[in-house]
Amino acid sequence: MIRYNKLIFELSTEDRVGYSLPNSKFSDYNINDLKTDYLRTEEPDLPEVSELEVLRHFTNISNKNFGVENGFYPLGSCTMKYNPKINEEIVNFNNFKRLHPLQPVSTTQGAFKVYYDLQKILAEISGFHEFSLNPYAGAHGELIGLMIIKKYHESRGDFHKNKIIIPDSAHGTNPASVVVCGMEVIEIESNKRGRVDIDSLKEAISGRDDIAGMMLTNPNTLGIFEENICEIAKLIHKAGGKMYNDGANLNALLGKVRPGDMGFDVMHINLHKTFSTPHGGGGPGSGPVGVTEELAKFLPNPQVKKMDDYYYVENNGDAIGQISAFYGNYLVSLRALVYLLTLGKENIKLIGRYATLNANYVRNALKSTYELPIQGNCMHETVFNGLINKENDIKTLDIAKRLLDYGMHAPTIYFPLLFPQAIMIEPTETESLQTLDEFIEIMHKIAIEAKENPDKLKDAPTKTPIRRTDEVFAAKQMIFSYKDYLEYIEKRDE
Amino acid sequence: MFKYFAHTKADIDKMLKSLNINSIDELFSELPKEVILDSDYDIPSFKSESELRHYFEDLAKQNKELTLFSGLGAYDHYQPAVIDALTSRQEFMTSYTPYQPEVAQGTLQYIFEYQSMIQTLTGMDVSNASMYDGTTATAEACFMASAIRKRNKILISKTLHPNTIEVIKTYLKFKGLEWEFIDSEAGVTSFDDLKNKLDKDIAGVVVQNPNFFGYIENYDGFSETIKDNKSLFIVNSDISTLGVLKTPYEIGADIACGECQSLGMPVGFGGPYLGYLATNKKYVRKMPGRICGYTHDLEGNRAFVLTLQAREQHIRRSKANSNICSNQSLMALFVTIYLSVMGKKGLKKVNNLSYQNAHYLYDKLIKTNKFSDPFKQPFLKEFVLETTLSHDLIKEVLLKNNIFGGVSLSIFGEEYDNLINFSVTEKRTKAEIDKLISVLEALS
Repeated sequence: MIRYNKLIFELSTEDRVGYSLPNSKFSDYNINDLKTDYLRTEEPDLPEVSELEVLRHFTNISNKNFGVENGFYPLGSCTMKYNPKINEEIVNFNNFKRLHPLQPVSTTQGAFKVYYDLQKILAEISGFHEFSLNPYAGAHGELIGLMIIKKYHESRGDFHKNKIIIPDSAHGTNPASVVVCGMEVIEIESNKRGRVDIDSLKEAISGRDDIAGMMLTNPNTLGIFEENICEIAKLIHKAGGKMYNDGANLNALLGKVRPGDMGFDVMHINLHKTFSTPHGGGGPGSGPVGVTEELAKFLPNPQVKKMDDYYYVENNGDAIGQISAFYGNYLVSLRALVYLLTLGKENIKLIGRYATLNANYVRNALKSTYELPIQGNCMHETVFNGLINKENDIKTLDIAKRLLDYGMHAPTIYFPLLFPQAIMIEPTETESLQTLDEFIEIMHKIAIEAKENPDKLKDAPTKTPIRRTDEVFAAKQMIFSYKDYLEYIEKRDE
Repeated sequence: MFKYFAHTKADIDKMLKSLNINSIDELFSELPKEVILDSDYDIPSFKSESELRHYFEDLAKQNKELTLFSGLGAYDHYQPAVIDALTSRQEFMTSYTPYQPEVAQGTLQYIFEYQSMIQTLTGMDVSNASMYDGTTATAEACFMASAIRKRNKILISKTLHPNTIEVIKTYLKFKGLEWEFIDSEAGVTSFDDLKNKLDKDIAGVVVQNPNFFGYIENYDGFSETIKDNKSLFIVNSDISTLGVLKTPYEIGADIACGECQSLGMPVGFGGPYLGYLATNKKYVRKMPGRICGYTHDLEGNRAFVLTLQAREQHIRRSKANSNICSNQSLMALFVTIYLSVMGKKGLKKVNNLSYQNAHYLYDKLIKTNKFSDPFKQPFLKEFVLETTLSHDLIKEVLLKNNIFGGVSLSIFGEEYDNLINFSVTEKRTKAEIDKLISVLEALS
């Protein structure tokens, strides 16, 4: 069924239904009583299909997806760890799932305890004073964190502080978030060892009084630890700025070191990376933001508080404002708490160690055939710059596509942007030695194929539901809906 | 040993040996000594699976599932069983953003189907792959208008949901943009006030239909007036209502946005939900978020890919239209399955049943003489009333009867002080509605 290739609209047959709704109870009323001017003139083009047709359709297309339970998913910077089943069971309890966000707080004390306890545990693990779970995703967390920094400066009358320093290795969301927050980016170069260049940093801030702060991912996007973090933080603080930690790579630090202790003032955590909530094919994520005590009053509204074992909600006048309809992606937060309590303090502290051990094991085993642009140990992920042997014009893309043929997901490729053929591998702590060995063996095999039979890579993948796609066609034709598609087909066949 | 790690002692020894080191800690030698943790986190110990179940069962008991007679942005519609059955498939749930289309056609195809459904419901040309929620989608729509028109100010109707207003204000404030409110008149957006406030600085005008009070607004003349001023018209709607109501396209919107929770998602204590955003094709390059497009593979098979990525932050960095780096993908699957199940007739029926239930309740409440309608505007499933009864008393007595409804809008600010809200979906039975009426009738 992997060749199944129908759109749901193509299954539609007039008068077929997939729903079951109650009979009308009050037939004295009818929506057509509304003035026709208020009503749509044509019915929407939604499909008409039976329940079984719906199930078969989505089951068949799901089989064209690769999930964490299908196999190894070494996507760098994404932390594709196992998403536990117990999280899903508990999140489906009616007494969480069917709570209205505005119902009286006396009827949602358990739900608020989840919110409160999770933010407390996150604060302890990361070394901050308080978290808000309202931000919906990592990028949203970045924006909210920057708003807090901006608001802090404004609260002191420092309206001119609007420059944020960002290393060139940073993820694209960092500079984008700065601009959305109405501030400006000063980009600084990394040194030859892939770290922040202290001299560039000093130069960038020297003589300026408009530094609002610095955004830093640590370990950085090359998977290496910014060993001068304490000095960097001191320099930024001395310049009157605040340190923002992009928590994308927090997994590496669990049990070893806390961002708050390294001099960061604000951070976001990706619950969908570090704390096992599912990526869902691109969302929903969750990006809680943590701050030092000094900044806590600026956290977004609504704020969940506790007094004498009673939980309540407060809107704080100092807050940056509201940034979500209610309490963020609440059911994602609930999953993260289940995960944290499943592991407890005994096991959480092992995550950084095992993730780092796994990454270094892979790094060491592959460095004979893949180019290591930065020497030394890595943290939880490792970056290569394509094959050492560059003959036959084999690109990183070809290696990634060939891996798909071997039943493994590709690593992150062409990121970070510092190396033209970047391959970024993050095995996570949930992978076994056997899986890593299998991956290493396949990567070596691909290196041999690259030399002896390069077409195998250039043609790859051949064993997946579809082959390589025509991306130029997609961007040029701009067919974004079934309506566009039908118009395109009609024109094409004319 | 722990169930989520596969590391045996022998495995670890073997790996250490291959790395030529004696302990895992040697891998962390670059970490500054002064900040290395020397004790355990001060957090609870691990729980076994049964202990965990007990723990969360006990916590759940401290919550109460109520019969919902208020919505205010989160509606208690029917959720077909197939949604949970399908969305919980690990192929959908655990996969990453579909950057490798060869192994992500499942995700890409449902996103394409989602976009198609939002397209037909809104009548607009193109939908993106989804945003975080209705409030942030509306804020991003304001940014979009500002970027397209290169103007700095947004007019916001006072009849928007106060939470949406608050989120827009936060986004605009930090971006350095301005806003002004359009007054409401008898519970709907004042056309006269809109005309007074339109000037050359206005990039966009935001309205909500049905509005915060549940009223269906009449936008005759709005679109022409806004276009004459070269501003963009942004229409926010609860998407479910677009199964029957005049579409944003028919209203003359340039950008349609809003909340999709009403399409198959649980109220879930506020999230995850999904915000939709749709616009005219000429504005697509200024649209935030991911977009999925149709293409073919090298054998000519139909295929879908993420496209127009040159607009996005991972390519354009500080020059991107938005910092958004995800979509609510799994929630888009909720929407797609829900709308597949409901089809054009089901969605219409849901709206009609909700309309009937809400109007029955409305008439009965008015007849008690304890409630009155200050505005008398047309509504669908949600409405507001004034009452001679104390709001606290209503809350307390309904709560005793396990009902959440008649919510005092004073929680959203003084300007709504005298109003209470009711929302009724197709899920409410006659018995439930009659019980609500009898409880309220007995109050004095």
